[in-house]
Amino acid sequence: MLLIDCPWCGPRDEVEFSCGGEAHIVRPPEPANLSDAEWGDYVFMRQNRKGVHYERWCHGHGCGRWFNVARDTVSHQVLAVYAMGEAPPEV
Amino acid sequence: MAERRIRHSPLAHLHLAARVVVDPGDAGARMSERPPRAQLAVRGDSGDKAFVAAFKAGLGFSPPLAANTVVTHDGLAVFWLGPSEWLLVGEVPGEQLAAALADRHHALVDVSDSRIAIGLSGPRARDVLAKLCPLDLAAPALAPGRCAGTILARGHMLLHVLAEDSYDIHVHRSFADYAWRMLEDAALEYGVAVIDGGG
Amino acid sequence: MAQPFRTAEGGRIDRSRSLAFTFDGREMRGHPGDTLASALLANGNRLVGRSFKYHRPRGLLAAGGEEPNGLVRLRRGGRAEPNVRATLAELYDGLTAESQNRWPSLNFDLGAVTGLATPLFPAGFYYKTFMWPPAWWPAYEGVIRRMAGLGRAPAAADPDRYDHRHDHCDVLVVGGGPAGLAAAQWAARTGARVILADEGSEFGGSLLSGNESLDGKPAMAWAERILAELAAAGNVHLLPRTTVSGYYDHNYLGMLERVADHLAEPADNQPRQRLWKVRAGQVVLATGALERPLVFADNDRPGVMLASAAQSYVNRYGVRPGDRAVLVGNNDSAYPAALDLAAAGVRVAALVDLRPEAHLDWLARLDEQGIEVMAGRAVTGVEGRDGVRGVRIAKLSDDGKGIVGGVGREVECDLLCMSGGWTPSLHLFSQSGGKLLWDEGLASFRPGEAVQAVRVVGAAAGRFDLTACLAAGAEAGNAAANDSGHRRRGRGPRRPTAEEMPPPLAARPMFLIPGGRGKRFVDFQEDVTAADLQLAVREGYRSVEHVKRYTTAGMGTDQGRTTNVNALGVVAQELDVSVPEVGHTTFRPPFSPVTFGALAGRQVGELLDPLRRTPMHGWHQANGAVFEPVGQWLRPYYYPAPGEDMQAAVNREVKAARHSLAVMDATTLGKIDIQGPDAAEFLNRVYTNGWKALKVGSCRYGLMLGEEGMVMDDGVTARLGEGHFHMTTTTGNAASVLAWLENWSQTEWPELRVYCNSCTEHWAVVSISGPNARKLMAELCDDVDLSPEAFPFMTWRQGTVAGLPARIFRVSFTGELSYEINVPAGCGLNLWQTVLAAGEKYGITPFGTEAMHVLRAEVGFIIVGQETDGTVTPLDLGMDWIVSRKKDFLGKRSLSRSDTARDDRPQLVGLLTEDPNLRVPEGAQLIPGSDPRPPVASQGHVTSSYESPNLGRTFAMGLLQGGGERHGEVVHVAFDGRAAPATVTAPRFFDPEGSRARG
Repeated sequence: MLLIDCPWCGPRDEVEFSCGGEAHIVRPPEPANLSDAEWGDYVFMRQNRKGVHYERWCHGHGCGRWFNVARDTVSHQVLAVYAMGEAPPEV
Repeated sequence: MAERRIRHSPLAHLHLAARVVVDPGDAGARMSERPPRAQLAVRGDSGDKAFVAAFKAGLGFSPPLAANTVVTHDGLAVFWLGPSEWLLVGEVPGEQLAAALADRHHALVDVSDSRIAIGLSGPRARDVLAKLCPLDLAAPALAPGRCAGTILARGHMLLHVLAEDSYDIHVHRSFADYAWRMLEDAALEYGVAVIDGGG
Repeated sequence: MAQPFRTAEGGRIDRSRSLAFTFDGREMRGHPGDTLASALLANGNRLVGRSFKYHRPRGLLAAGGEEPNGLVRLRRGGRAEPNVRATLAELYDGLTAESQNRWPSLNFDLGAVTGLATPLFPAGFYYKTFMWPPAWWPAYEGVIRRMAGLGRAPAAADPDRYDHRHDHCDVLVVGGGPAGLAAAQWAARTGARVILADEGSEFGGSLLSGNESLDGKPAMAWAERILAELAAAGNVHLLPRTTVSGYYDHNYLGMLERVADHLAEPADNQPRQRLWKVRAGQVVLATGALERPLVFADNDRPGVMLASAAQSYVNRYGVRPGDRAVLVGNNDSAYPAALDLAAAGVRVAALVDLRPEAHLDWLARLDEQGIEVMAGRAVTGVEGRDGVRGVRIAKLSDDGKGIVGGVGREVECDLLCMSGGWTPSLHLFSQSGGKLLWDEGLASFRPGEAVQAVRVVGAAAGRFDLTACLAAGAEAGNAAANDSGHRRRGRGPRRPTAEEMPPPLAARPMFLIPGGRGKRFVDFQEDVTAADLQLAVREGYRSVEHVKRYTTAGMGTDQGRTTNVNALGVVAQELDVSVPEVGHTTFRPPFSPVTFGALAGRQVGELLDPLRRTPMHGWHQANGAVFEPVGQWLRPYYYPAPGEDMQAAVNREVKAARHSLAVMDATTLGKIDIQGPDAAEFLNRVYTNGWKALKVGSCRYGLMLGEEGMVMDDGVTARLGEGHFHMTTTTGNAASVLAWLENWSQTEWPELRVYCNSCTEHWAVVSISGPNARKLMAELCDDVDLSPEAFPFMTWRQGTVAGLPARIFRVSFTGELSYEINVPAGCGLNLWQTVLAAGEKYGITPFGTEAMHVLRAEVGFIIVGQETDGTVTPLDLGMDWIVSRKKDFLGKRSLSRSDTARDDRPQLVGLLTEDPNLRVPEGAQLIPGSDPRPPVASQGHVTSSYESPNLGRTFAMGLLQGGGERHGEVVHVAFDGRAAPATVTAPRFFDPEGSRARG
C-alpha cells in the first residue's frame, strides 16, 4: 500500500487515489492528420518502464485533483510529486 | 400548486429516534443523526484573487483557502474540499453569493439533499473511526476544526473534526444506511448510545 | 489428575489453578500459562499428529510459532479452526482439540501404509505418478486429497466477530524479546508514538524460556520493569498475541491480533481476532532467531525436538519433555540446554557435539552434572516408531561426509534434543525489500541493506550475546525515534549487563548428517526429505525456486521456518556450490497464517459492500419488490403480485407502460451539473455529436467514447442555461464518467472554463411512462404548459410537481410518452407516493429494471454494458447518425482505423427465432450452420433476449459479424447443445417511427 503525498492534502493511503497511467502523453492536436500507426501509438503504446516512471494520479477520495508522480517501479519509492503541466523533474 | 416539502431522512428506516437516550452512560461511542441542513457546492479558482474576493464578499467572511480546513461563521460552515471546491453547510447565502460571483467564472450547485451527517463522539470515537478510515486521526492535520475527504469502510466521507473525540461524518445519502451500520458495528465493542443530533 | 511430566516447581504457569481440556476425546488437565503443547507433554502425550504425505507419527518439534508438526483442530462446530499450532494455542478451561490427518485414529492410521509405499511418493510425485492417463486424474486427485492434506475447514458458519483497525505510529517494534523491549523503551522515552507487537501471550521472547540474569537478577525481572514502564507511558501501545504477518510498501504492515483466541468464547461483541493495518514511520525488527533441526535418519520421530524447545518446556512451562535425554548439536546451544534439562530432573544420557572438539568451558559445567560429552560424533539414527526409544551415535569422518569406526553405539533415551544452529527470522525484513547476506559463521542469512525505514536488531541480526542485543535494541529504538523526529531530553535508561557466558566456539555447519537408513526430513510439515531435494537436483532442477515448487519444501503453513536453510544447504551440497550461489527463495506475506475471518473483518453479510438505497427503497421493500444489484445500488428488478412468477410480473409491467401508465424509480441515474462559459465546447469534445446548437430548455442524447473509439457511456443531457448543462449517465458509470470529465478538464484542457459537479445524490427521479402520462402530469403540475407544442419531446421545464420544486425532463427510454421528474432526494418518497395515488385511476404500475429492459429493447435502445462490452463502436451499433463528421471528439480518429472500419465487425442486429416461444439465453453464440458441435466458428453472440407481450413473441438482439448487411438471413443460436434458427432483422421491433414517445 503506497503512501502518496497529495500536493494538497498531504500523505494519504493509495486507496484514496486512482492511477491514470503514464504521464506526459499529449493528445495530438490534429488527430485527423495522423496515420493509423501514429494515432495507435498515442492511444495504445506505453513505456512500462522498469525504474523511474512518471505517472498521473488523482486524489479521488480527497480533493479530486490530478497530479504527477515520479515513482520507482522496482522499489515503489515515490521520488517526486509535481503539478499537471509541469515538466518531469530530474530524479 | 403551493410548495409543500415533506423530507424523509435516509436513516428513517432505522427508527433512531426511538433509540435516543439522554444519558449515554458508559457507552464508549455516541452516535446521532444530524438534522438536515442546506448545502451548496461552490466552485472557483482559489488562485484567482478576484474570485476569492468575490467569494469573500458573498459570504461576508473569508472562505477557507488552506487544504482540509473549515471556517464556521454564524450557522454556516464552509468546508475546503479542493483548491477549486468548497461545500457550504447551514445558513447558505445563495442569492448573495450568486450576485457576488456573477462576473467571475464559478459554479454554484444546490446539493442540499446530497449528504447527511452522522455525529460520532465519546471516549472511543477515535477508535471506532480508526476501524473504518485509513487516516492518522491523531495527526495535527486532523486537529479540531479540520476536515478531510477520505474513506469510510468501502465508501467515501467528508470527515469534520469537531473536537478531540467528536466527529461529524458527512456521507452521501444513498450510503447513509451503510455508513451508519458500519459505524455502529465497529462501535459495538465499546458500547453504543444513540443520542439526539441537535437542532 | 496427575500430570506425570510436570516438574515439581518453576515455570511461568499458575500451579494453583487447574484447567481441564481434551485431546482426541482424552480428558487431561493443565495450568494457566500452558499452551496446548506444553499441557500435552505434561500429560505424557507425545504423539500430536500424522505427517502430510507419509502419515508418519509426529510429536512436537518446537515450542513456538515455528512448530511444523503439532497442528490440531481446535474447538467444535462453527468455531472449529483447523491447523492451529498447539504451541501457540493457550490453554483455557474446557479446550477441545483433535488431531488431524489421521484415519481412523491417531494411534492406528491406515494412511500410514503410504509410508510402506514410499517409492511411489518421490519428489514431484504429483507431476509424475498420477498424471496419466489424464482422464484418471480426478480419481487420483480425490484419493490424494483424502490421504494427504491438513485439517478440514468447518462447515458451520462462524459465529464470531472479526475486526479491522488502522493505526499509525512513529516506531513499530516487532518482537518483544530483550532487543525489542530495549528498542521500545528507548524509542518511547523520546515521546514518539510506539507500538510493540509480539506473537506470544507474554512479552519477554527468549527470556521467558531461558534463565539468564541481568545485573545479577533474573532477566525477566528486568523485562517486567520495562513492560511496566511502557504500559504506564501514554505514547506506547503494547500488543501481545499479535503476529506481524506482512511487510508491504512504504512501511505498511499487517498484524493479526488474537484478541480472544485464548478464551473459550469471546465476550459479547468482543472480536475474536483483529487485523491491524499499521503505517509506521520507522520499524525495528527484533524478530529473533529460530533454531534449526539437524537432518539425520528418522529425525522426525516423536521425542526428537529442538534443544531450545526442550529448554522452553522445562523453564517456561515446568514440563519435562522426556525422562532420559540425549542432546546433539553443531554449536554451543545444546550445552546450556543440557544443564537446564538436568536441573529440571531430566536424566541427560549424553551430549553429542558434531564439532571435533567439545567446548571446554561448557564441558566442565556438564562434567559437574555427570553428563557425558561425545565430540566429533553425530546421531545417525533413531530407534522407536511412535516415540524415541534410543539413538545411534557414530563417529564422523574429518570432512563430515561419512561415518568412521563402525555403526557406532546405541544410547537409550526417550528424548533427543537437537541444535543445528540458528536462523535469524528475516521473513519480514525480506518482505520489506531488504537484501539478505550469507553469513558463513552463522551458516545462515543475516540482514543486508535495508530498502525501507527499517532496522534489524538482536538475534534477527545474528547477534546472540544478551548484553550486545540489549545495546543494539536501545540504539535502534533511539535512532528510529530520532529519524521520526523525536528526541529524548536528558539521559537514556541505564543499560543492563548480562552475566558473562563462555566465549562462543565456532559452529560446524553440517546440513546433512551421514549414516543411517531412515528418512532424513528437511521439511517436516510438507514431508520433504533430503533425498527428495537431491532427486530434484539430479533431475535437472537448478533454481532454488524451482526445487521448492517441485518438492514443495518450505511451502507449508509454517512457511518453512525450520526448513529453508537446511534445504538450501542440501541443494548446494548436491550442486557442489556454496549456499549463497544457490540463493534463497522469495519471502512473501503472510509470515504466519491469517484466518479468512480476520481478512474479511466486518465486511460480511449485509456489510460485505455498500448497498446504495434510493429514497424510495423502503417503499419498494414494503411492496414486495425483488431487487437486483446495479453497481452498488439495489434497484427493483420487478414487483411480483401474489402468485406471479417473474415473467408474469414483467409482462404485466410492460403492458401497463404500453397501454396506460407505469412508473419507475430512476433515482440511480448518474447526474452531473456542468457549468461554465466553455461548457458546450467541453461537451462537444466528450460526446460524439454536436452540442453548441442545442437550445436552452432542450435535451439531447449523447454517446461517449474512449480514445480507442469504443462506446463508454450514454445518456441524455439538458441545457439548463447558456453555460449550464445537466448531464445524465448510466447508473453504473456515474462515478467513472465524472472522473473521465475531470481527467480531461484538469489535465488536457485546463483552458476550458468549466466545472463538473456530481448531483446524483441530490435528486430523486420518478419516471412516468405510458399513454396516460400527460394526463397524470396535468393533475400534479399546474405551472407548466404540458401541451405537446409547449413542452415537446426532448425538452425540459422547471415546475412544481405535487407541490415540490421539480425539473421535468420529457425524455423516454421506454418508447412511450414519458416524463422524468427530478425533485430533491429528501422529497423523493413523497413524490413517489403522490404519483402512485394520483395514478391509481390509470392503473399506474410500478415497473422494475427487467420491464424497463424489455421496453427499451422493443424500440431498439441499447444498454451500455449489455449491447456493448468495450469492443463496440457507435458504427458497430448502427448509430452513425450520432457521430459528427464536422468536429473532433474523443475517440473519433479511432473510428477510421483500419480495424474499426472493417465491414465484417460484429454489428448490432435484431434476432427473431423461428420458434416464437423460444427465448434464447443472453450470451449464446451465433453460428452460421445448424450443427452446434465444436469446433465451430462463432460469428457473434446474443446481447439481449426477452419475451414481449406487445409483440406476442420472443425477440433478441445480438452482435453479428457484418450483421448490418445481413438482415433477412437465417443464422443459428447455439446453446445447450442445440442450434436454433433465427432471422436477422433490424434492431427495432416496435413503433419503428418512434411516434409514441413524441406524442
